[in-house]
Amino acid sequence: MIEYQNIFTRVQVHGPADLGVPMKSGSWPRGTATKTVWLAGIIGDAQIGPIYLGFLGLASLLCGFIAIEIIGLNMLASVNWDPIQFIRQLFWLGLEPPPAKYGLSLAPLSEGGWWQMAGFFLTASILLWWLRTYRRARALGMGTHIAWAFAAAIWLYLVLGFIRPLLLGNFSEAVPFGIFPHLDWTAAFSIRYGNLFYNPFHMLSIAFLYGSALLFAMHGATILSVSRLGGEREIEQIVDRGTASERAALFWRWTMGFNATMESIHRWAWWMAVLCPLVGGIGILLTGTVVDNWYLWAVKHGVAPMYPFDLTAPVLDPAAAAQ
Amino acid sequence: MKFSASALTASLLATVIGILLAIPMMLQWERPPMDTAQLGYRGLGMEQVTNPRLAETIAALNKAPVPDDPVDNDGVLVKDDKENYKNVQVLGDLDTAQFNRLMNSITTWVAPQEGDNAGCAYCHNVENMASDEVYTKVVARRMIQMTKAINTQWKPHVAETGVTCYTCHRGQPVPANLWSINPGAKQAGGMAASRMGQNQAAAVVGYTSLPYDPFTTLFEPNAKIRVVATTALPGNTGGSIQDTEKTYGLMMHMSDSLGANCTFCHNTRQFSSWEESSPKRVTAWHGIKMVGDINTTYMNSLTDVFPANRKGPEGDVLKTGCATCHNGVNKPLYGFSMAKEYPELSVPNP
Repeated sequence: MIEYQNIFTRVQVHGPADLGVPMKSGSWPRGTATKTVWLAGIIGDAQIGPIYLGFLGLASLLCGFIAIEIIGLNMLASVNWDPIQFIRQLFWLGLEPPPAKYGLSLAPLSEGGWWQMAGFFLTASILLWWLRTYRRARALGMGTHIAWAFAAAIWLYLVLGFIRPLLLGNFSEAVPFGIFPHLDWTAAFSIRYGNLFYNPFHMLSIAFLYGSALLFAMHGATILSVSRLGGEREIEQIVDRGTASERAALFWRWTMGFNATMESIHRWAWWMAVLCPLVGGIGILLTGTVVDNWYLWAVKHGVAPMYPFDLTAPVLDPAAAAQ
Repeated sequence: MKFSASALTASLLATVIGILLAIPMMLQWERPPMDTAQLGYRGLGMEQVTNPRLAETIAALNKAPVPDDPVDNDGVLVKDDKENYKNVQVLGDLDTAQFNRLMNSITTWVAPQEGDNAGCAYCHNVENMASDEVYTKVVARRMIQMTKAINTQWKPHVAETGVTCYTCHRGQPVPANLWSINPGAKQAGGMAASRMGQNQAAAVVGYTSLPYDPFTTLFEPNAKIRVVATTALPGNTGGSIQDTEKTYGLMMHMSDSLGANCTFCHNTRQFSSWEESSPKRVTAWHGIKMVGDINTTYMNSLTDVFPANRKGPEGDVLKTGCATCHNGVNKPLYGFSMAKEYPELSVPNP
């Protein structure tokens, strides 16, 4: 049993394939192809498949493929169809949204039209995939928590690329596609709007992001540490607390005075994670529409302290002095 | 089923270490430790970060030459010795001894190489020193005017240190760090998406994917470099994201040219705030204005003089930026004032 306590998964179950519950009407005939993969068994379940593609999955993959194809081919065109430069500069290459002069109208292909098209297909792909997570959960008689958590991430994505540009009347405000281009955009966005760290919703979002990581680590560690006592049977222990659950709970009461329950810990985790993009999206939505400079906003509301600079030799704006 | 945990641990560790090593190599990071010097109020992170392992290399690239020994005046001005000095348009008020000393120094600063078209012959027809037939002589004359203008009109930037030909030329006929209008690498035309002046690895903006030619528009004398909104609530005072990326690109060039961090000048919690900035930012501001002025007034005026092989791909002349003088250090030649030894370069143009 002591062997069982390890940071790696050390037990692989290889048995008859599990094909799940009977399907409800409206589903496509599902696949039955399964196999076991030893490497997958190291980090998860060794059984791969069956995969359910269905109409939504197929349509989503198709739209996603078109979007990636538009982005990739335009990146390749931007290095004049040179495959070596494409690989070499892949992280630098991008697909830019239309310039400001086109507002919300359909831009010419060479000036943001491809970006609009890629954005359309990527959004369609993501929304179809969302519907798939909802429908598959329903087909299995599950709750739709996963779909709604995914929806929180889609909210942030839509705010960045669609809703906020719509409110500002300009697609040039949206994020470009590309690894470094979107990171440069992020940095420029924060600078342009007076430092996003002074945006209270950004602050909350960071707290939920780091909080999610912390909570996940605490929960994972707690369950692993009582797994030799059967602690990983969390669902049963929600209603039938065993010694593993008792000990884990006591550990947290000893160390911090309070503990989650086998049920509530998962609600904490879900909300912590979902609130991260939810409040983040609100923060982005307010940027440029309601607040133009978060630092000045924070100064105005007493959030940002002033430091004791050398007032005997103040640094003055030379452009103002020249006027 | 059980297997060797140590083998798995070793292979996982090897993978992680491999990835950790590959990332910095790919991004050309410099390894720690770095030296930091505090420049601002404590706790603000206003500090200069330098790599002690590169100090020697950078110092070697910025070694000031020994100025030529001073000479006694001959007592005759160049403009009064019409027999020996013809066609001297900008240094006529010099004593002939000082004139010859300066000509000698310029040769070592700009064209010290051996050969047929080097030394005096780089600019002069040695059979007829007065002739303007070699284009470089016309350029050199304009550059002397430019040097005088920098030393007299741009003291807010160059202070009493001033500049000489060497500040930019460093023993090369063409200074190493110049720029011209940059159309970027060739991209497919037609309806393929335009790169819009960014998204390729570019050294001038510190190998980011920021706009690779921030100079053409932002070094214009009246360019709008400021992009941050000046009011808390929307009031149409800020630039677009694309403008911001261009300004960001220019700042990367400045940072790279001066071997300095953003925090050398700015309190990065609010880049635009002057009261929180270091006084060095005022010097840098005048530097941007100076570059715009000397490019417009002096470099561009030579458009018809330079041959095609001395121009950029778009046919414009090569122009100055921050790196042209600074060459990786925040004070060119570490603040050594060569101009003090050549006071004739610090008199106003008539």
